[in-house]
Amino acid sequence: MERKIRVLVGKPGLDGHDRGAMVVARAYRDAGMEVVYSGLHRTPEELARMAVEEDVDVVALSILSGAHGTLVPKVIEHLKKEKGGALDVLVLVGGVIPHDDIPALKAAGVAEVFGPGTSTEEIVEYTRTHVREKRAS
Amino acid sequence: MEQNKELGGFPGSISAEGSFSPSRGPENLFEKICRGDRPALARAISLIEDGAPGSRELVRAAYRTPKNSRIVGITGAPGVGKSSLVDGIVDELRSMGRSVAIIAVDPSSPFTGGAILGDRVRMKRRTTDPHVFFRSLASRGHLGGLTRATGDVLALVGVAGFDDVLVETVGAGQSEVDVMKYANTVLVVLSPGLGDSVQTLKAGILEIGDVFVVNKADLAGADRTRAELEMMLDMCPQGGWRPPVIKTVATTGEGLAELVGAIEAHYEYLKSSGDLKARVRSRFLASLEEYLKREMVDKVLKAASASGELERCLAALEAGKDDPASVAGRLASRYSAASSCSPLAPSERS
Repeated sequence: MERKIRVLVGKPGLDGHDRGAMVVARAYRDAGMEVVYSGLHRTPEELARMAVEEDVDVVALSILSGAHGTLVPKVIEHLKKEKGGALDVLVLVGGVIPHDDIPALKAAGVAEVFGPGTSTEEIVEYTRTHVREKRAS
Repeated sequence: MEQNKELGGFPGSISAEGSFSPSRGPENLFEKICRGDRPALARAISLIEDGAPGSRELVRAAYRTPKNSRIVGITGAPGVGKSSLVDGIVDELRSMGRSVAIIAVDPSSPFTGGAILGDRVRMKRRTTDPHVFFRSLASRGHLGGLTRATGDVLALVGVAGFDDVLVETVGAGQSEVDVMKYANTVLVVLSPGLGDSVQTLKAGILEIGDVFVVNKADLAGADRTRAELEMMLDMCPQGGWRPPVIKTVATTGEGLAELVGAIEAHYEYLKSSGDLKARVRSRFLASLEEYLKREMVDKVLKAASASGELERCLAALEAGKDDPASVAGRLASRYSAASSCSPLAPSERS
């Protein structure tokens, strides 16, 4: 039996819009994955702690507040700290992210950014493929 | 206990391990868990859930390092506020200086095997406390309100040295009563307006409570729900412990101190009456049952399927030429003896 893929769908910061996060969580569920939903208004520290305790393969952050430049690197920083240095999870970002901001997020350790209009199939497929690669490495 | 605070270790542990290998292997995982390493405990739980290579060794070591965590089960219908109550109970227990692990189970989809694990959403108060550990588990097709790995996960969490382990079941209907086999104390949570007094007459979940909680007690009908529960309990044969009925409002903290007091009182009762021993024993029996089912049922089905006999038996059933009881008897006597040649082979599970 192949190991279950576990995903944390996280809502960092002061952003109360979780429809997108719910849709993605549901798509992951329907793809047979186990999805931990963080709930709203989580701090980077809280999200990192959740990712560690839930032993997830993927941290999918949904941000529509515009604060991605601040919050995402902080989540990654805390993840590394909790994991003892290595980032062994796939970090994905979804939401309203300007194109110009994407290189900085990727430089911080984000694997991919999914903007408005992305199909859930694309997100699920990307996740499945890259979790496999990550596990094999 | 306090010295571990800075290190991020669990209480009862010696120190926290700073480094963690990203590999998924079980090497040294057990030692790390004993030292209070959070990622190691999390990873080990995954290995056990998946029946991955090395999980047998972890389980073997865990059961041979028994620790005495107090195990509190929390069950009740979907939406009565179990998760919010857990948040409040953790807060109370932490202010008493007790370390707490939470194992929260949510259902897996019977169609895709996927799951939404939403029990953390209500966890608001002790989210980064170094003496709290929270893990969500999917039921993975297991009925009864928990997951197949529950016993093993409890053994492992016990090794990490937590004073209390809270086990939150899936939103339970009337017959998801597995939690009574694993917990020392069972809280059955209700909220007002779930039905009239006939519901309290029924068998099942209302029989397993050691403490009853009427949550959302700020809503209309709370006193009536409580009165009906009290009436039900008065009609039960009076043993040594009369389950109390406690009104709470989990979101404001109302009644939580009283609830934790009742948990304490029940545990004291278990110790003084000698019933604790029976509860602990029932946990081991439940774990044993799980393994026997796995070893026997799964193996018989696998062997019968491989030999093609399962197919023939199903065809005979469809044709109306056989019955399940006779088929089961034949298959069990034919294949379970053969499977006992290699009992508990770890390679069988991956």
